[in-house]
Amino acid sequence: MSTFLRECFIVFRRQLRMNLRNPAWVFIGAFQPVLYVVLFGPLLKPLIGQLGATNAYTFFIPGMLVQLGIFGAFFAGFGLIGEWREGVIEAERVTPANRSALLVGRLMRDELQLLVQALILVALGYAMGMDAPFDGILLGIALTLLIGGACAASSLAFALTVKSEDVMAPVINMVMMPVLLLSGILLPMTIGPGWLEKASDFMPIRWVVDAVRNAFGGNWDGSTLFWGSAWSVGLFALAIWWGTATFRRENA
Amino acid sequence: MIHARGLAQTFETKQGRTTTQVRAVDGVDLDIEEGEVVGFLGPNGAGKTTTLRMLTTLLRPTEGTATVAGYDVVTQSADVRRSIGYVSQTGGISSYARAGEEVMDHGMLYGRTKAQVEKRGKELFEELQLDGLWDRQSKTMSGGQKRRLDIAMGLIHDPTLVFLDEPTTGLDPQARANLWTHISDLRERRGATVFLTTHYLDEADSLSDRIIIIDKGQIVASDTSDNLKSAVSGDLVDLEVAGAEHVAEAAKRLGSLGDGSSEVEVNGNRVSGRVRRAGRAVPGLLRDLDANGIALDAIEVHRPTLDDVFLTLTGRSLRDAEASTETPTPEGAPQ
Repeated sequence: MSTFLRECFIVFRRQLRMNLRNPAWVFIGAFQPVLYVVLFGPLLKPLIGQLGATNAYTFFIPGMLVQLGIFGAFFAGFGLIGEWREGVIEAERVTPANRSALLVGRLMRDELQLLVQALILVALGYAMGMDAPFDGILLGIALTLLIGGACAASSLAFALTVKSEDVMAPVINMVMMPVLLLSGILLPMTIGPGWLEKASDFMPIRWVVDAVRNAFGGNWDGSTLFWGSAWSVGLFALAIWWGTATFRRENA
Repeated sequence: MIHARGLAQTFETKQGRTTTQVRAVDGVDLDIEEGEVVGFLGPNGAGKTTTLRMLTTLLRPTEGTATVAGYDVVTQSADVRRSIGYVSQTGGISSYARAGEEVMDHGMLYGRTKAQVEKRGKELFEELQLDGLWDRQSKTMSGGQKRRLDIAMGLIHDPTLVFLDEPTTGLDPQARANLWTHISDLRERRGATVFLTTHYLDEADSLSDRIIIIDKGQIVASDTSDNLKSAVSGDLVDLEVAGAEHVAEAAKRLGSLGDGSSEVEVNGNRVSGRVRRAGRAVPGLLRDLDANGIALDAIEVHRPTLDDVFLTLTGRSLRDAEASTETPTPEGAPQ
């Protein structure tokens, strides 16, 4: 186990070093949600009573957090394709290092990056007048890291399977739109017509968004929190399994 | 060091609805002893890289078995990986990373400590004439420097068996010659067994003790360069006859040399044919021609090249084989 952790750390440190050489990307990644908060948040303020909430930012930041977790992580695979093309993956695969460590080390980088971005977003939320309990924020960020990790692992696995940006980009676009529209990231699904809310029940991310929103609102009861956490953990486990299988596959 | 029996790899390529099975490697037997430098020669798409990827545990053989450095490539793959160094066609250094850090990280994945890999890395940089490039990004390096850096990375854990996949492809002649000396050093200085693939004849010729030729996934020859060449029936004697009226007579006399079985080609004033031990036969031929009043403008004698060997073995020249092989892109094989 300690060998495995050591190998994960070597891969992680290398990835982090490359990212830190270009820290701009971390901030560019956080820029989009920040824009949403600054430019879209104020529009919610006068409407917030109709959405069944009291504080616009306590309502809105959780959605942005999950959006950041999902969409930022979806792009993790693009860097991997570049690395594969330069032979980095193959060079790593020919060492005795555990092949799962090659995935986990990269995932650690994605999670760290996501954590930094999440903290920026939460700090910004407070500055704009968000009112959320500390434990709620902790749980919200934890769920974000789980769902973000799931997306990053899927993205890495998918990238290593197709090995082409030209395939990645349209697929990510195709997945992103329904996720954005059906998970209540921008507006709660409860204000929509019955059929739309019914449809969103089948969108796992919707439960995660609701759970993070409840946690930020200090609302700890009910099944929403349970289902949101269950989906986060479940999707995370599933994605790790897929990613590990892809990295271990003999001819990847 | 390497023993393979019936090694085979079948890829499935899909085009529309039809799935075709491509047998990229079709039953390869290999026996390579410790300390040998073996050149694995063949046209593009012959199965060189696929064979190499199976031997280096990057690809699971669909059939057959192989032991590398005493370990089975399928059941003991981690032990194989620990014992070998592999320098792929593409290298394995990110162009934005710093050279020294990449090499150190790679070494640490073999379980070496930071201090060990730093010391070894710096020694290797010196040996491979990379001094002063430790902190450079590889994108700022020349092709030759980058290739030597790839080799430094492959040697960081002191493997006793080194696989080099097309080590000099794309390099200018000077950088190639330089790299050749470093490849020869692998054995001279560290006693390593070297298995290198190439589609350059001169490279296989000048570096290897033994040449294994692969064509269409099958081994067609395995011998020393000299033995392979002497299997080609003789040296090529090429005469340029002065005066068109003597061409037929010159062709007849050239054809009657040796055992008289070789075919003579006539092309304008040029007459050429294969002659065994041309060094002994040619003086007699010249006297003979001279005595019969046949003057020559030029005479050239060519020792057989590996290209001739390939032609003799497969009926195609290496260059034609390259042109005619439409390489299907097997999934996962870098091109």
